Amino acid sequence: MSNASGTIFGINGPVVYLKNAPDFQMGEMVYVGKERLVGEVISLKGDTTSIQVYEETSGMKPGEPVVGTGSAISVTLGPGILNNIYDGIERPLEKIAETSGKFITRGIVAPALDEDKLWDVTMKVQEGDVIHGGQIIAECPETASIVHRSMMTPLIPTATVKSVQPDGKYTVKDTLMTVELPDGTTKDLTLAQKWPIRTPRPAVQRMASAEPLVTGQRVLDTVFPIARGGTAAIPGGFGTGKTMTQHSIAKFSNANVIIYIGCGERGNEMTEVLEDFSKLEDPQTGNKLMARTALIANTSNMPVAAREASIYTGVTLAEYYRDMGYDVAIMADSTSRWAEALRELSGRMEEMPAEEGFPAYLASRLSAFYERAGQMRVLSGNVGSVSIIGAVSPQGGDFSEPVTMNTKRFVRCFWGLDKALAYARHYPAINWMQSYSEYVGNLAKWYNDNVDPKFVAERTRLVAILHAEDKLMETVKLLGSDVLPDDQKLTLEIARVIRLGFLQQNAFHPDDQNVPLKKQFFMMDTILYLYDKARKLVAMGHPMAVLKSENVFEKVIAMKYDVPNDKLEMFDDYKKMIDDFYDHVIEKNA
Amino acid sequence: MAIEYLGLKEVNGPLVVLEGVQNAAFDEIVEFTVGGDEKKLGRIIEAYEDKAVIQVFEGTEGMSLVNTSTRLTGRPMEIPLSGEILGRTFDGIGRPIDGLGPIVAKVRRDVNGLPLNPCRREYPRNYINTGISAIDGLTTLIRGQKLPIFSGNGLPHDQLAAQIVRQANLGAGADQSRFGIVFAAMGVQHDVADFFRRTFEESGVSDHVTMFLNLANDPVVERLITPRAALTAAEYLAFEKHMHILVVMTDITSYCEAMREVSSSKGEIPSRKGYPGYLYSDLASLYERAGIVAGQEGSVTQIPILTMPNDDITHPIPDLTGYITEGQIVLDRSLDGAGIYPPISILPSLSRLMKDGIGEGYTREDHQSVANQLFSSYAKVNDARSLASVIGEDELSDTDKKYLEFGRHFEDEFIGQGMEENRTVIETLDLGWKLLGILPRTELDRIDGKILDKYYRPYEED
Repeated sequence: MSNASGTIFGINGPVVYLKNAPDFQMGEMVYVGKERLVGEVISLKGDTTSIQVYEETSGMKPGEPVVGTGSAISVTLGPGILNNIYDGIERPLEKIAETSGKFITRGIVAPALDEDKLWDVTMKVQEGDVIHGGQIIAECPETASIVHRSMMTPLIPTATVKSVQPDGKYTVKDTLMTVELPDGTTKDLTLAQKWPIRTPRPAVQRMASAEPLVTGQRVLDTVFPIARGGTAAIPGGFGTGKTMTQHSIAKFSNANVIIYIGCGERGNEMTEVLEDFSKLEDPQTGNKLMARTALIANTSNMPVAAREASIYTGVTLAEYYRDMGYDVAIMADSTSRWAEALRELSGRMEEMPAEEGFPAYLASRLSAFYERAGQMRVLSGNVGSVSIIGAVSPQGGDFSEPVTMNTKRFVRCFWGLDKALAYARHYPAINWMQSYSEYVGNLAKWYNDNVDPKFVAERTRLVAILHAEDKLMETVKLLGSDVLPDDQKLTLEIARVIRLGFLQQNAFHPDDQNVPLKKQFFMMDTILYLYDKARKLVAMGHPMAVLKSENVFEKVIAMKYDVPNDKLEMFDDYKKMIDDFYDHVIEKNA
Repeated sequence: MAIEYLGLKEVNGPLVVLEGVQNAAFDEIVEFTVGGDEKKLGRIIEAYEDKAVIQVFEGTEGMSLVNTSTRLTGRPMEIPLSGEILGRTFDGIGRPIDGLGPIVAKVRRDVNGLPLNPCRREYPRNYINTGISAIDGLTTLIRGQKLPIFSGNGLPHDQLAAQIVRQANLGAGADQSRFGIVFAAMGVQHDVADFFRRTFEESGVSDHVTMFLNLANDPVVERLITPRAALTAAEYLAFEKHMHILVVMTDITSYCEAMREVSSSKGEIPSRKGYPGYLYSDLASLYERAGIVAGQEGSVTQIPILTMPNDDITHPIPDLTGYITEGQIVLDRSLDGAGIYPPISILPSLSRLMKDGIGEGYTREDHQSVANQLFSSYAKVNDARSLASVIGEDELSDTDKKYLEFGRHFEDEFIGQGMEENRTVIETLDLGWKLLGILPRTELDRIDGKILDKYYRPYEED
C-alpha cells in the first residue's frame, strides 16, 4: 500500500489545509512541504484535511507536497532516553545543536536514540522460548542508576524465538533475535521499539497503591501525601513556586526514573535543570540525577503544536520505564500551557469554543492524560508505576478557571499554591486550607508499618490545629490576639510553630531541602509533645506570656536546621528540654 | 522579474485580501504601490492556493480595491544589521529615521528570530548592579534575565527604567564599552520617547543606544514588528558582536492591544477579554529572546515595561507576562501617592534568578537571608496595619507597634531613594540590617543564628 499524499491548499500558522486528499488517516504522521516538516492529521471534514505542523510554517507555500507515513505519530523507545534532553516530538536537542548551532532551525532530522553507541547487552530469552508481548528479552546497563530492560513490543501478542545472538555489544539498530509469529512470518527484534504517543501502553492490571511517593517535602509527605502511581496537581499563580516544588520533587523523590516535561515554560529553567541535575547527586543511589532523568523541553517560544504533543511523548516514555518494573514520576510543567496549545489549535480550526475559548474536549483530554498514571502489574510480570504531578498555571491565579477546575476532577492530590504565602516568602507556598490528598487512607497502613504507629493520628491532630488557627484568625483580624483566652493563644502559638518550623522548608539548606520521613515524624511528634505540655501549664493557670518568655517555642522552630538528618537521637534532647521547660515554669510560678 | 498583482479583493481594517495570487508563502513580506507612488509593506498571515490575507504595516488608509498593486518579495520580514546600528534611531519596522542615511548592511536577519536551544543556553548567574535598593537587595536583576516592570498609568515607570539604564553597570572592572542598550517604543507618546532620548544623551550613553520608535500615532500593525526588530538587533549585537545588551521595551500593553485589534479584524475566536488565544505564545516569542549562549561572551537582558489596565495584576497582559518572565517589579499607586520613589511594591515583586546570582562570591553571604527576612517582616507590617485600622494603633501589642515603626522606616529609607542616588549592594544590605534592628531579635525567624550573631544590631536613631 502506498502512502497517502496531497498538496497544501492553505496555511494558517501551525495549521495546514489540504483539499481532496481522502487517503489520510486521523492521527497519521505526515511530512509537510519541501522541508519535510513533521505534522499530524488532526481533522478530516468533507473535502478538507487539517494538519498540525510541529515546526514553524513561515515561508511555506500552497502547492507544496504533503506525504503520509501510514502510521500514527510515534516515539522510539530504547536505551539512551535517560540522561538526555528532547524536544516535544522526541528529537534530541543536543544533536540538533550539533547540526544547527545555538538556535533551533527547521526540518532537522535527528534519530531519537544514539544509533552508534554500543550497549552491553545480556539476552534474557533462549532459542525455542515462546514469549509474549511485553516480555523482557534483553537487558543492558543504560546509566549508572538504571538497567534497561528491552521488551518485545506489546503489539505482538505471542511469538517463538527462532534464533538469538550471544550476549555482547550491540547498537539499538542491531538485530538481537528473530522470532516467528503464529502466522508463520518472522520478525527481527532489537533493543528499541516504536510506540504511538496517544495510545496508552497496555498492562495486565491496575493495582491500588499502598505506598507513598516520598518526596522529602514535609508539607507533602506528612500532610498531603501522594501514592506511587498517583496523580497530583500543583496550581498557582506566577511566582508562587510551582516550578520550585517540581524541581524539589524531581531531585529528592524516591522514584526510580523522572520524566521532566517543560511544556511551554522558560528556556532558562530547562537549562537550570540540565545544569543542576548533571551535577547533583541522586539521594537514592549516589549517582548523578541525570542518570535517572529524561527532559522534554518545549519552551514557550518553540512551536505550539509540539507543545501539545510533548505531554503525550513524556507519558509514553514514562509508561515504557514502568513496563520495565520501575517507579516513574512525571513532572509536567505546565499543563495549562498544553491546554492553551489545544485552545490555539482549536481556534485555528474554527471549532466551537466552550468555556473561555477552550475546546469542549478539554476535560476528556485532561482525564485521558491523568488516567495514564497508576501502579500496574505490567506485561513482563513486574510491578511498576507512573505518578503524574502536573503544574497548573491558572489565569490570574484564579482556581475557578477551566483548566484548574477540570484538573481537580481527575487528580486525587491537590496542592494549591497561595500568593499570600509566597509574598511572605513562606515556601513551599502550599495552602493547607485549600489543599487535600485522597491518599491518606490508602497509605495509613504503610505509615503505620514503616514510620510509626502514631503517624496518622498525629498528622490528623496537626491538621486540626491548623484549621483551629484559621478559625481563630477571623477573630484576631477584628480584635487582635490580646483578647483571646490563653488556651486559644496557645493554639495560635503552636500553629505558628507548625507553620514556621514544619510546613516551611528551605530549599537551599543542605539539611532542610530533603527530609527523611523518620525526621518528619519526630519533628511532628516534638511539636505535639510541646503542645500537650504547654496545654497542661495553661490549664493550671499559667499565662501564655510566661510560657513565651521561655524561648522553647523558638528552639522547636529551629530544630529543622539544628538536628542533622542523620542524628535523629537528638530529638530525645528536645523532649527533655520540653520537660525542663515544664518543670521550670511550675517551679518559678509556684 | 516578480509579478505585480493589480487590485485587491477586500480591505478590512489593517488587512487586505488578494485573490488570484500564486506562489505566496506564509509569513512572506509584500510591497504595495498605492495610487502609483506611495509604497507600503505588508505580511502574509494566511496563504491559500488562490488567495492571500495580508496585514498592512502602515495602515490601509488611501488603499482602494483598484488603485493598489502588490508585489511578493519572496522573503520574510528582515532588517539590515551591522555594528553601526549603535547610536542610530529607526522607525517601528527598522527604517532609519534619524537622517543619517541607510545602514550599510553586513547581514540581514529575519525579525522573527529562532528559539534558542536550551542545551546551548547558559544559566544566568551574574547580577547587574542597578544602584536601586529595592531592586538590588530584594529583586536582583541578573544578566540574561527578563524582568518586567508592572506599572500603571501615571506611575514613574519611565523614570525608574531611565534610572536603571543610567546606573546599570556590569560590575567593577568590566569593560563598559561592551555594554549597549536597545530601546523599543511601542505606541508611546512622543514626549515619553523624547524623555528617553534626552536621558540617554545626558548620561552620555547615546552612542551605545539603538532606538526603535513606534509612537502612539504610528500604524498599529507596525507595532507588532517593533519589538521583534529591536530584539533581532539586540541578538545580533549580543551573540555576534559579543556585547551585553539591555533591552528596554515600552509599552507592552500597547503592543498587546495592537495584537487584539489585528486579531479581531482577522475574525479569530477571542479568548480572555478579546485577546487572541495565542497571546501567551506571542509574548513568549518576545520574552524568551533574553539569555546567554553557553561558552561565549554577550547577553540579552530585557526590561519590558507594561501598564496594567486599571492597575489590575490579574489582567491577561500582566498575568501572562508574569508566567513567562523571570519575576516582575511591581509599582504601587499608594506608595507613589505617599511620595515614595521608586514606588516598588516589594511583596508581589520577585526575581526568580536572584537565588543563584547572589550570596557569597557574588554579593555577600547574608544577602538571601536579609532579603527573605525583609519580605517576611514587611508582610507582617501589613497585618499589623490592617489590625491598627480596626482597633487603633494604641491598642496594638508592643511587637506590632515595632512592626509599624519598621514599616515606616523601611518604606522611607529602604524603598525610597533619590532619582540620582546610586547605592552599592553593600550599602543596601547594611541598610537592611539597620532597619531589621528595629525588630526584636526573636522576630527574625528567617535567618540562621550564625548570621544573626554576625550582623544583627539593635536599632539606634541617628
